[in-house]
Amino acid sequence: GGAGSIGYRYDFQKEEAYKNLLRTHTTAISSQMLYKLANREGDFQPARYFSIDRVFRNETMDATHLCEFHQVEGLVADYDLSLGDLIGTIETFFKKIGITQLRFKPAFNPYTEPSMEVFGYHPILKKWTEIGNSGMFRPEMLRPMGLPENVRVIAWGLSLERPTMIKYKIDNIRDLFGHKVEMARTKTAPVCRF
Amino acid sequence: IIKVERFGCGELVEVLNKMPTVGVEKDLLFTHLGKTYTDHEFDELCFEFGIELDDVTSEREDAIKASAGALSKKQLESFSDAIVYKIDVPANRYDLLCVEGLVRSLKIFLGDMDAPVYKVVGEPKETMTVQKSNTDKIRPFVVCAVLRDISFTQERYDSFIELQDQLHRNLCRQRTLVAIGTHDYDTVKGPFAYDARDPTKIEFVPLTPDDKSFNGIDLMTHYETEPTCKHLKPYVPIIKDSLVYPVILDSEETVLSLPPIINGSKSKITLDTKNVFIECTATDLTKAHIVLDTVVAMFSEYCSEPYSVEPVQVNYVDEGGKVVNSMVTPLMATRRERAPVAFCNSLIGISISPEEMKTLCNKVQLGPAELMENDTILEVTVPPTRSDILHPVDIAEDVGIAFGYNNIKKKVPRTCTVGAEQPLNHLGDLLREEIGRAGYIEVLTHGLCSIRDNFTALRRPVTPAVSLSNPANIEYQIVRTTLLPGLLKTLQHNKSASFTSGFKIFEISDIILADDKHVVTETIVGAKNRRKICAVYSGPTSGFEIIHGLVDRIMTLCEVAPEQAYVANSAKGPEEKYRVSREGWVYTISELPPEDTLAGTYFPGRAAAVLLTSPDGGEKIQIGTFGIIHPEVLKNFDILYPSSCVEIDLESLL
Repeated sequence: GGAGSIGYRYDFQKEEAYKNLLRTHTTAISSQMLYKLANREGDFQPARYFSIDRVFRNETMDATHLCEFHQVEGLVADYDLSLGDLIGTIETFFKKIGITQLRFKPAFNPYTEPSMEVFGYHPILKKWTEIGNSGMFRPEMLRPMGLPENVRVIAWGLSLERPTMIKYKIDNIRDLFGHKVEMARTKTAPVCRF
Repeated sequence: IIKVERFGCGELVEVLNKMPTVGVEKDLLFTHLGKTYTDHEFDELCFEFGIELDDVTSEREDAIKASAGALSKKQLESFSDAIVYKIDVPANRYDLLCVEGLVRSLKIFLGDMDAPVYKVVGEPKETMTVQKSNTDKIRPFVVCAVLRDISFTQERYDSFIELQDQLHRNLCRQRTLVAIGTHDYDTVKGPFAYDARDPTKIEFVPLTPDDKSFNGIDLMTHYETEPTCKHLKPYVPIIKDSLVYPVILDSEETVLSLPPIINGSKSKITLDTKNVFIECTATDLTKAHIVLDTVVAMFSEYCSEPYSVEPVQVNYVDEGGKVVNSMVTPLMATRRERAPVAFCNSLIGISISPEEMKTLCNKVQLGPAELMENDTILEVTVPPTRSDILHPVDIAEDVGIAFGYNNIKKKVPRTCTVGAEQPLNHLGDLLREEIGRAGYIEVLTHGLCSIRDNFTALRRPVTPAVSLSNPANIEYQIVRTTLLPGLLKTLQHNKSASFTSGFKIFEISDIILADDKHVVTETIVGAKNRRKICAVYSGPTSGFEIIHGLVDRIMTLCEVAPEQAYVANSAKGPEEKYRVSREGWVYTISELPPEDTLAGTYFPGRAAAVLLTSPDGGEKIQIGTFGIIHPEVLKNFDILYPSSCVEIDLESLL
């Protein structure tokens, strides 16, 4: 509850929340950054953050899944942001990596509302494919941090491995990341342009 | 067993938001919808609404995929080849977990039907008495309902079972939070009781096997060991070790079900069942209400008075039989919630009129909506099927969905900000370029490794590290405290590469150390990341001087000057006059003492410590080591050529 919400209405267990785990998404850290942003000296100032870092998940492992991989995340904290701002920001971002046709689908994340899955027409795959996830952080998450009421945070994220594997036509994630990568592949890799 | 000190256990956590998948026969779906679509058209509809057509398959195709070997023609024919749509639905929409709910929501979205009004009809005619002092020990709550005059067909029945399975898997957290029991009301006699009793004294004929009666203990053993009942095995631990097992009883003291394991044979639902008694036992009352409301909302469609349900009186009694708490269930509550019109417009980034917003609510099961306070406040109806509405932002999102996300005008945030990399990342990126230029190939290796790779194989003692509880594999025992094993394993797996003129690789990445003082936002995590540079040379000679040269190069690049004594020994003396370095930043190399924890990795007498003096530090700190790798270490990684390595803490050079 809190921040005008009816909440989940169950007994929150602090011990459960304090258990250590390897982060499953970098949002765990960006939320710490938002907390610092809300409580810094000189008070909140609008900010844009990004992160490209490693995450860990208990996935079923197959050709495209390992239990550790990398996420790319961006977020903007500013006054009165809207879903329109999120759509515009995401379009600007994906244009930079060569995907210009985008569509947005309503989705669900526990900590964002509204949420959108981002679909793009991939120029290499020549089909529409899911390229990212996004949303606006829920007030139940932002208000306890101390962010002012009219500050909204828009955020989006994607995995690093998937677009890379598509671009370089790599089928198995072990050929991209880890000690089994062939040196010959590294030696013949081109500069990265879109 | 090697004892590793644990400063908190890192656990790999399951991704909790796996989208539930609902399988629906295509023809059945289109019959219910009253329209046919091409796969593409249906995909578009799903997209706009917020669900995803994930796969188009058939029961037969699924069986082929699931089976290890080839299936015989007869086996294949036992599976239907009717086309099935696999639809992914959001994890918070329990009303979309069956074809009834999906169809209803889509028809409302398309404007082909109005949202039903769910009604609890009349006063409770049935009672459920809960022996609170017993059930509190294992599974405190129960909620109940009666569906009157229902008609089942095979399809409806299958869907009824499937919905319960979906709920059990998702919201009920594998039945630990809530378990659903459904009974043919005409085969049993109320009033009902919910109790928790000594398992040795429980006699029960379950749905399977239904040919005999078991006591509680024997039944748990049966489900744990019998291969035909292996689908029930996962739920046994929920109650097995309890002194009392939950039981639902009718007035004749017949055990109707043993939650959360299985229902009884006596009250089994068949296609001829006309009246259904539903009980949901739970450890979480809020979720129990949501589960019961969902089952009722979905299947009351098939009652002779559609969308109606008969309530049940649930009385919690103490040991003396006195009623200490009571409620009438199901709640089937229809709430009214409010969100300011301006807020909805602002959050989504649209500017529609209050009237238009009010009308859009009908598409997403939030109608009928009203406008209040001079058309500034939108008040919506939240039916029992929309338990996901927690806050005005949920209402705003639905307004956005009804408007169509792809109709929203895009803009960008107005505030200008100045971007930059974190200083540590920036330094790392600059050095990566330089080390690449020095002929080293960059690699990126895994953070999780075995204790063997991280310590034993490197001839190092086991020191505190972050370890994982329940690792699935020895390769995930701990998080690395050094980058070296990743590099050595890369050499191990690249034997076909050319070593004859020296094979050089490096990595700049994080390791994790146990650290009981490291604090982020007031919580002691118990571990800290540390950025390291690690490089290995492997070739016809050991390359000690080459690695040594890299160390000097890194220091020069980071504006750290060599100590006078160190320079005096170097052949590069004349270049020194051009050196630029930071005031007070000085380094030197000295022999690594054999008792150092890292010394075992190196050939005796061929290992060096990199010592740094910085203005903050004052005294010399060992920030890294380098040297010729010990032959045993090379053997442990199956490396055939002499090698040297260096590993330095990058953060200390910042």
